Amino acid sequence: MANKILAILEQREGLLKRSAFEAVTMAKQLAAELNLGAEAVVVGNEVSNINDIGNYGIDKVIHLKSTELENYSSSGYRDAIADYAKETDADYLLFANTALGKDLAPRLAVALNAGCLIDCVKLDSSSGELIATRPVYAGKALIDVKCNSTKKVITIRPNVFKAKETGSSSNTDVKVIEINSPNLKCKVVDFKKSEGKLDVAEADIIVSGGRGLKGPENFHLIEELANSLGAAVGASRAVVDAGWRPHGEQVGQTGKTVSPSLYVACAISGAIQHLAGMSSAKYIVAINKDKDAPIFNIADYGIAGDVFEILPALTEEIKKVKQE
Amino acid sequence: MKIAVCVSHVPDTATRIKLGQDGKTIDPDGVTYVINPYDEYAIEEALKTKEKFGNDSEVIIISLGTDSSKESIRKTLAMGADSAVLLKDETERDSFGVAKALADEIKLQGCEIVFCGKQSVDYDNNIIGQLIAELLEYSCITVVVDLKINGSKITAEREIEGGREVVECKLPAVITTQKGLNEPRYASLKGIMAAKKKTIEEKPATEAEHLTELIKMHLPAPKNPGRILGTDSSAVPELVRLLREEAKVL
Repeated sequence: MANKILAILEQREGLLKRSAFEAVTMAKQLAAELNLGAEAVVVGNEVSNINDIGNYGIDKVIHLKSTELENYSSSGYRDAIADYAKETDADYLLFANTALGKDLAPRLAVALNAGCLIDCVKLDSSSGELIATRPVYAGKALIDVKCNSTKKVITIRPNVFKAKETGSSSNTDVKVIEINSPNLKCKVVDFKKSEGKLDVAEADIIVSGGRGLKGPENFHLIEELANSLGAAVGASRAVVDAGWRPHGEQVGQTGKTVSPSLYVACAISGAIQHLAGMSSAKYIVAINKDKDAPIFNIADYGIAGDVFEILPALTEEIKKVKQE
Repeated sequence: MKIAVCVSHVPDTATRIKLGQDGKTIDPDGVTYVINPYDEYAIEEALKTKEKFGNDSEVIIISLGTDSSKESIRKTLAMGADSAVLLKDETERDSFGVAKALADEIKLQGCEIVFCGKQSVDYDNNIIGQLIAELLEYSCITVVVDLKINGSKITAEREIEGGREVVECKLPAVITTQKGLNEPRYASLKGIMAAKKKTIEEKPATEAEHLTELIKMHLPAPKNPGRILGTDSSAVPELVRLLREEAKVL
């Protein structure tokens, strides 16, 4: 008999991330469909918004707590979660597929002898058995996969499953388990923040620029539009390889695969490896002077014109409507 | 010191994907296969590590695949790897099965440090390195963009959302490599000639249980082509109106 699903939630600097609440919502839904109990598990020291978890439908929260686990430690987090999962004989572990989730989930899979369903964009349990759909080849194809093992480790792609507040005025019941002398064989000792920018992997809106911008000195047009939208700046492989932009901004098959609500592709023709990384965006806008560019085949709205003329006008228009 | 590099032979990123007849894999017809792009950073870092540790170090390429993988393996030998092992397997394995076979060979070879690409660009799981490390009880740092090895101490920077984490661990370890870590070298003519004399050891991959099962592969639903709203900035107000009223994303 299946018993329990644990939503493993990520905190950074003592704050649960948005993707953590997406994991809560999904775990709650799977628990209902598969007739499982659901608990949320947080590893860290002080976590200021831990009581918000109840608003998303799981009121039982396990806080695996240690001052030494404030920052990520792959060995320390693995052992703390594995011990708890084994002790309570949980069959399902669910993570958001963030940098931390990707790093940690497979380690727990080995610890628990579980199969891994990674980066899922759909989870279907209507047949009584959990079938996951996940992108492969950066989204050029999808596969349906299932676990043969009793224990299952699942990661869900951020931004795909929306966190839903359940509306009930639930009390979050937080049980603190102190982790004494955690295993710090591998640990984070410092964090170097990139300069005040939103990351494409987490952004709800992305404005990307390509080679048609003619040079790195023109990327301010992209940055200004991104600022007006509260968006992250992305880039095509061509401009990253040319050294105009850092690799962290690259969207595509050898960069990041993203699923924002809105993706604005500026002066990007749409090479297949770029399209693979962004075509699952909900809405795509393309601005490119070549009306035959492949990017227009997947764009919802396009302007087939000159970015140097259109981008400043678009930035102004966005600012104007934002003020209304 | 023995240094292992795990290499996979994958479709080039410019490939257009067509489904194979089995409904579970791609149609390989007309597909160009290359070294997994992230594995190139792994090979380069292994060669740099060998240069640092001196000539009693050795870089061993380990790849799981079929005869066709030899093409990529040969390139890694031309770049400067010392030897290679091809773990032969004609079947489709899940990630756990791949990691288990690689880990068994790494153990047999006695490698203290293992480099692999952070993900392969076919199945995009991002998990092989971590699985190998856990199976061998090695430390593991993933998505590495900067690496320092001092004696047995490793300090690495890994890319995460909004910045880089600085992580410390000790050897033995698995490092998964990300673009930005280094600039992979090209094979020299001398390297290409030398590679011809190096042998690729072939042996069957060890068995492993399948923890996951691929049911089917399918293609994403095609998107309907959108609307071109104009050819200059006069189309901007209409674009913004649609984003607000139709798409509701602003």
